Amino acid sequence: MLYREAGDFKTSYVADSQTFPIKFDRFGYYAILAIAFLGIPLVINDYWANSIVVPFLIYTIAALGLNILIGYCGQLSLGTGAFMAVGAYGSYKLMTAFPELNIIFVIIAAGVITAGVGVLFGLPSLRIKGFYLAVATLAAQFFLIWLFTRQAWFYNYSPTGMISAPTREVFGFPVTGPRASAVSMYMICLCFLVASAWLARNLTRGTLGRQWMAIRDMDIAAEIIGVNPLMAKLTAFAVSSFLIGISGALLFTVYLGAAEAGEAFGIDKSFLVLFMVIIGGLGSIFGAFAGAAFLIVGPVMLKLLLVNTLGWPTDLAAHLEIMIIGALILVFLIVEPHGIAALWRTIKEKLRLWPFPY
Amino acid sequence: MKMTKLAVAFTATMLAAGPTLAETLHFPSLSYRTGPFAAGGIPFADGYSDYLTLINERDGGIGGVPIRQTECETAYNTERGVECYQSIRGDNPLVIQPLSTGITYQLIPRTMEDGIPMHTMGYGRTSAVNGEVFNWTFNYPGTYWDGASVIINYLLGENDGSLEGKKIALLYHNSAYGREPIPTLERLAERHGYQFLSIGVDSPGQEQGSQWLQIRRERPDYVLMWGWGVMNPTAIQEAANIRFPMENFIGVWWSGSQQDVRPVGQGAHGYKALAMHGTGTNYPIYEDMQRYVIEPGKYAGTGEEVGTVLYSRGMYAAMLAVEAAKKAQEIHGVAAITPAMMRDGMANLEITEELMAELGLPNFGPAFSVSCQNHGGSGAAMIQQWDANAGEWNLITDWIESDRDMIMEMVMEDSAAFAAENNIEPSCLN
Repeated sequence: MLYREAGDFKTSYVADSQTFPIKFDRFGYYAILAIAFLGIPLVINDYWANSIVVPFLIYTIAALGLNILIGYCGQLSLGTGAFMAVGAYGSYKLMTAFPELNIIFVIIAAGVITAGVGVLFGLPSLRIKGFYLAVATLAAQFFLIWLFTRQAWFYNYSPTGMISAPTREVFGFPVTGPRASAVSMYMICLCFLVASAWLARNLTRGTLGRQWMAIRDMDIAAEIIGVNPLMAKLTAFAVSSFLIGISGALLFTVYLGAAEAGEAFGIDKSFLVLFMVIIGGLGSIFGAFAGAAFLIVGPVMLKLLLVNTLGWPTDLAAHLEIMIIGALILVFLIVEPHGIAALWRTIKEKLRLWPFPY
Repeated sequence: MKMTKLAVAFTATMLAAGPTLAETLHFPSLSYRTGPFAAGGIPFADGYSDYLTLINERDGGIGGVPIRQTECETAYNTERGVECYQSIRGDNPLVIQPLSTGITYQLIPRTMEDGIPMHTMGYGRTSAVNGEVFNWTFNYPGTYWDGASVIINYLLGENDGSLEGKKIALLYHNSAYGREPIPTLERLAERHGYQFLSIGVDSPGQEQGSQWLQIRRERPDYVLMWGWGVMNPTAIQEAANIRFPMENFIGVWWSGSQQDVRPVGQGAHGYKALAMHGTGTNYPIYEDMQRYVIEPGKYAGTGEEVGTVLYSRGMYAAMLAVEAAKKAQEIHGVAAITPAMMRDGMANLEITEELMAELGLPNFGPAFSVSCQNHGGSGAAMIQQWDANAGEWNLITDWIESDRDMIMEMVMEDSAAFAAENNIEPSCLN
């Protein structure tokens, strides 16, 4: 009834190929953007920003990046944690070497550095596929973390090997370091997320995205119809690593403030982001949001419910949390093997016909 | 319906997180009872909580104000540690004790900004000794650099004052924690002429095959260990497997509890570790503990850890916190102290032997006093040795002093670097 395209006429190609062709969707999107930019900053407090919203925004960027590689281009990667570390250490080196450089450019430059590293470790994808490629990227994970924990230049020879982010400001508001307020942290992450999602969405529906999908669906056929596999695969690695690098840089500078490669960017990070992409839905922008929300917000909410509301012992709650999240992952994947995004798609189809389904 | 209920529950949670109960002293505990480091986290958390319960039950709180305890599970993970800190920081926490060097590094700038004192007892950032830069961070009664220096001083004593030509290996947890003593040991190597070798073990530390192969090949005279959690029993087992002489294997105070040596059985006999306090249940305080906490069933956890080294350490941490709170009440003349007042209490804390005897813990820890210039206490420690037959730790030395002059020199360098990075003008708060 509400959600339908009847009467929503398009008179130009641009209007016809827009991201949200249904009016209700489009207004919903504008409303969400308005709430995110204008509403939430007024009500957000430190706890919500630091424990739930900021990590959710940051991990969504990582999930978007990995989704381009796995979901759109079909190249399996287990090196996400290490690429995030490249972003973090890149931003750290830039912040300390050029204290005058604005943090926004630092984060973007860290993304560019990560893109370069990603292309380098993406080279094996030209020869190997599937699980074999996953093993090659696993090598990247271990090599890069080894590099960041053993080579003192990367952490400026600090005696402990920890890197810590100094305070940096945007328009006079500190966004990194301990003086950063909840709102400024939230806003910078939100801006990067919206820009990343916009970039990802528009790349994936353009020439490049179609090339990636062609490679994903059948690489030999794609090559025969004129897709250059070298270009397609390496651009996928570059764009994906760029976004993952940005998320790593934000995670370190804005969220954590201090980090240590082995602990903050270990193999478990790679799996966490991979699970976000799988649970959210491969090859879907919305899926990255849904997956990150499920795996970041879910555990914190469960903790709040079990410990703060029900008053259970913390260790019992921590163990139960692992079990409940694990069980939910199973249930979700059994009910909808293509992730939460596919579930959402089904709901949308049903809504179009509601209340008169045939 | 279900969703509404959940929504109500969450709203209630978020509202409940806000208000502070008046007239209680909030002592939060950032504990870890899960994960690969739980073996060390559980006894510490139990000891910390049991001592505070004892104070509540026996004395009715501190200066008449009851203690309120909260616990937050970090799993030794920095991100969860930050989440925990965020959830308690608005609730007037009197002192934060994260029991993790990684989390300490995250929280130092935040606690400075929020004005919440943090006590990192024998861990964390060593240069926090310099209270002029780290106004809100305390690490008495000793630091990692003290620990490393005490071990070297002990070995000097064993070797007639010279370590010339000896080879000393450090087996460390490859994290901020494990890397802390490396600069000290390197500097001491230059001074005493021993050959220094550092061997890292990646977290959590169950894989040590190649490290012990290297130790077998290099044949060091002594192996020192900076390990934690599951890394400790694994290392002691590996040492036993290659028949490394156990009396030449010395752990830091975080690598010397019952939980670390018991799994190895007879093989661990003779293993040594640093001790920053006494251990066992032969202290008068345990009579009260038995009467007020254990018998009424008010103990934390399962109650099985009472008297172990790490339980004693948790108790010691709580004891120092309570004494600092008493000091703060005395300075300000207010019973319901705030975190800022608590800081003043910590900064002027004085622990004497008489005071410890009065508390039922005679000769338990070193006598020391805290000042703005020295947040690190005395730095003295003892050496304890594991007796696998009797199943107990025996103290084999008296208090050994560390090389404080050299350590203070290093502290000044590192804290000056921190101050420069963060635009801090070194000065005392009071």
